[in-house]
Amino acid sequence: MARFILGRLIGGIVILWLVSVLAFVLFFVIPKALGNNPAVLFAGRSPDPATIAGVTKKLGLDRSYVDQYWNFLRGVFAGRHFDSGSDRSWCPAPCLGYSFRNDQPVWSQIVDALPVTASLSFGAAVLFLVVGVSTGVFSAVRRGGLFDRIAAAVSLAGVSLPVYFTGLLLLLLVSYKWHIIDNVHYVNFTHNPALWAWNLIPAWLVLSLLYTANYQRLTRASMIETLGEDYVRTARAKGLRERTVIGKHALRPALTPIVTIFGLDLGVLFGGAILTEHTFGFRGLGAISIDAVNTQDLPVTMGVTLFAAFFIILANVLVDVTYAIIDPRVRPS
Amino acid sequence: MTGPAPAGTPFLQVRDLTVSFRTDDGVVHAVDRLSFSVERGRTLGIVGESGSGKSVTSLAIMGLHRRGRRVSIDGEIRLDGEDLVTAPAERVRGLRGQRMAMIFQDPLSSMHPQFTVGEQIVEAYRVHNRVSRAAARRRATELLELVGIPEPARRLDDYPHQFSGGMRQRAMIAMAVSCNPELLIADEPTTALDVTVQAQILDLMRELQKEFNSAIIIITHDLGVVAEISDDILVMYAGQAMEHGGVEEVFAHAEHPYTWGLLQSITRLDRQLETTLRTIPGSPPSLINVPPGCPFHPRCTYRELAGPAASTVRPPLAEASPGHRVACHLPVDERRRLLREEVTPTL
Amino acid sequence: MSDNLAKDLASPAAGEGAMPTPPADAPATGAVPAATADAGALRDRPAGGGDELVRVTDLTKLFPVRRGTLVRRGAGAVRAVDGVSFAIDRGTTLGLVGESGSGKSTAGRLISRLLEPTSGSVVFDGQDISHLSSRQLRPLRRDIQMIFQDPYSSLNPRHTIGAIVAAPMRIQKQVPRRGVRDRVRELLELVGLNPEHYNRYPNEFSGGQRQRIGIARALATRPKLIIADEPVSALDVSIRAQIINLLDGLRTEFGLTYLFIAHDLSMVRHLSDRVAVMYLGQIIELADRTDLFSGALHPYTHALLSAVPIPDPTSHRRRERIRLHDEVPSPLNPPVACRFHPRCWKAQEICRTEAPPLLERAPGHQVACHFPEKRDVV
Repeated sequence: MARFILGRLIGGIVILWLVSVLAFVLFFVIPKALGNNPAVLFAGRSPDPATIAGVTKKLGLDRSYVDQYWNFLRGVFAGRHFDSGSDRSWCPAPCLGYSFRNDQPVWSQIVDALPVTASLSFGAAVLFLVVGVSTGVFSAVRRGGLFDRIAAAVSLAGVSLPVYFTGLLLLLLVSYKWHIIDNVHYVNFTHNPALWAWNLIPAWLVLSLLYTANYQRLTRASMIETLGEDYVRTARAKGLRERTVIGKHALRPALTPIVTIFGLDLGVLFGGAILTEHTFGFRGLGAISIDAVNTQDLPVTMGVTLFAAFFIILANVLVDVTYAIIDPRVRPS
Repeated sequence: MTGPAPAGTPFLQVRDLTVSFRTDDGVVHAVDRLSFSVERGRTLGIVGESGSGKSVTSLAIMGLHRRGRRVSIDGEIRLDGEDLVTAPAERVRGLRGQRMAMIFQDPLSSMHPQFTVGEQIVEAYRVHNRVSRAAARRRATELLELVGIPEPARRLDDYPHQFSGGMRQRAMIAMAVSCNPELLIADEPTTALDVTVQAQILDLMRELQKEFNSAIIIITHDLGVVAEISDDILVMYAGQAMEHGGVEEVFAHAEHPYTWGLLQSITRLDRQLETTLRTIPGSPPSLINVPPGCPFHPRCTYRELAGPAASTVRPPLAEASPGHRVACHLPVDERRRLLREEVTPTL
Repeated sequence: MSDNLAKDLASPAAGEGAMPTPPADAPATGAVPAATADAGALRDRPAGGGDELVRVTDLTKLFPVRRGTLVRRGAGAVRAVDGVSFAIDRGTTLGLVGESGSGKSTAGRLISRLLEPTSGSVVFDGQDISHLSSRQLRPLRRDIQMIFQDPYSSLNPRHTIGAIVAAPMRIQKQVPRRGVRDRVRELLELVGLNPEHYNRYPNEFSGGQRQRIGIARALATRPKLIIADEPVSALDVSIRAQIINLLDGLRTEFGLTYLFIAHDLSMVRHLSDRVAVMYLGQIIELADRTDLFSGALHPYTHALLSAVPIPDPTSHRRRERIRLHDEVPSPLNPPVACRFHPRCWKAQEICRTEAPPLLERAPGHQVACHFPEKRDVV
């Protein structure tokens, strides 16, 4: 098992490395080849040639691509110097460079934004997983019943309503009309846990509504399939209580596809729930990446991209491992 | 374990069992007024083709049909005198796995792929016995040993997919007999197995019966298997009983044209080769539109001899000789003459 | 290519008129009955090939087993078929029996070239087809057809049975477009289906009828060889006999050659002229039907025959019981030397050290055993 996990981790690292190469080519090699010197972007509006030359030297853009990539990698693991001749600065590891726009280290921007995104995603994930799976199971067991039919209707609404509609509607109600939460904003967990949760509730609800609907439908379909399996009949033939038959024998295999989807969804969410963050005005990874793309802030874009990729790959590795725990047949012997 | 059975009281008595399913296409009459009984220490073989109602019957005895708007069950199923049709579901659940147990056709799909064989046996034992996990584990080891699995203590922690086909069916049997059931129902227990393994499993079932003196129902389409293992045979067609009696009597003096058809249409190693096999014309009826009268009459070679009643009146399952019952409109003498003159020479 | 046969097959009447049919239970010998040798299929008879339609020599198929996720390492191979040799004469049926893991289905797929052999050769009608490309195999596909076990999954549920039966003809362009429909009707009638049901879908038919559709499809291209892989295992008892009779009748009617793959020994006995018993990828005994079923020489064949339940409750008192312990070992790691030795009650030292070759012990009766012994176990 340990070997299996190790193998998956190494595989994940290799993929992450490939992503970093790809991102580097995408953000630094291709623009230059097309005549967009990143140094010009960095130097701001109508820069003079001397500034451009300085920036080029500071960012090391005058070196070979291999050197540039190597410096980037070294920055991530060991930190690096940025030296324009006149101006010399040390960027400690993990160094993803400086923002072109505000000169802040990319890493610190990500570190600032991460708790916001993490709080949002994690809370929503717990909510949609618990609600989605449990209603899905209930729908499957009472297939065709009243609950099932109501759940199907709610599900359909949940999937079809966009976040910026439900989000704004909810904000309008709780904040502007009923004044339950005035001025929804992100509060640090360490600062005040109660206020943290209180302010996040509307965003959690909105974000999870979409996912709950998906998980409800997925769980229902998956449960209906396993409830028809021979081993479920065997479980009943043993005289097990219906609770045990459903909660243990049918649910466990039904969860297998859900774990897969959940892992991927979580990875994507940690990369930034762009619409939700935007709707509620939270400065998470999603908001940062939108700004970075809009302002052509290459280091930030690349940093956020790598970071999102890291989470998705990590989630994939976790899915594989969980899969092996749930289903002994994929476990290496 | 219960003591030796009191003579003459069948442990399982099924009377006028009727099971029907409501579907979008109409009502499926899966089992129609079926009656039979099984005593402790005896084996009943139920033979029939797909749609004959043999599996539906076994699931009905086990209470595994989920009753409701779609399924209706009527008649009596008496287990040691207690009617299971009218008993509360919770009561029947308590009997399942305890006094009656079941093994299924495909041991790979019938065992849970995500729990070890040991966990599954322990669970089956502990649901009906208040014992510690460790005691149940000891019991599971004994059971695996009993069914002939080598190194039982080690194999307990294996998953079903790590077992071979025959070993899996042995493990299924171990699970089923964990609480010493007095009734064991085996639904096509060897159909998914190789022929040499089938022989091993049938031997095992015989041995277990000797040891536990339980009543066994074996459901199969294979007349060879019935002949090997059963004391009695029940031939079913379209949800109804066609012929019922001692296995030697029925194989030697079958009286129902459907049984004749089955015996004639099989290839068998113990007979001279024939140029062409005799067949039963047509195919089994839809259970939504079961033919009126004798359900077999549209395929029956001798329906003319039975007169108009064949297509209007359902023949009762009547005693033809002691312990041998046949549901056929043909007069007994006529059946015996046909058997003697036309059927036996072709077998 | 097979215009003569085409004519013969075109209508059942022509087929019947063309040749007297040999009785199915006539003990088959190596020679093909004269009647079937008349069939048009013999037009391009190979120069030195005698009456053989198929010759398989040292046929081997390995399925590599790989482990590891990122770097795939070979972890051995399943020797599914391992050095199998036999021939099938025109107009005869070879039965291939064995338990799971014996490689009998793989052997069928190799001969039909659904799979490519790892080594060894398959010579069909004088042509080595072992390594033909899929383009080169095209014309061969009409000569070799397969019938599969599961009549439910081997028919496309979205096509009418007319389209299903016509498909091989359209692909092979043997029949002019306008003639296809008539031909399909003929075929449906031939296999005992109502030709008016041309436009129905597979789900409107019962299992036995679906298998008839599969047979009609197989016959559509006027094949020389039909490989039937467990064609009746999924069917009900009363339907099995109908299909067996149909296959039997078609054989005598059109002089077809069958490779009949099945685990049911009594069925194989009924339909085959010669029978090969396979165990873990190898043929351990090959003989004419009568020799095999009443005078088998290999202990595994004895055990196999002894295990078949006989539908006669009094028989077990008379029958000899041979019970094998354990099950067939994994073909990934088969026992060395004689593969049967760990389960064999006659095994001696030599069985553990030396693989017995498949030797002819009596005319036409080959067996791979160090201690062959004639024994009647049925």
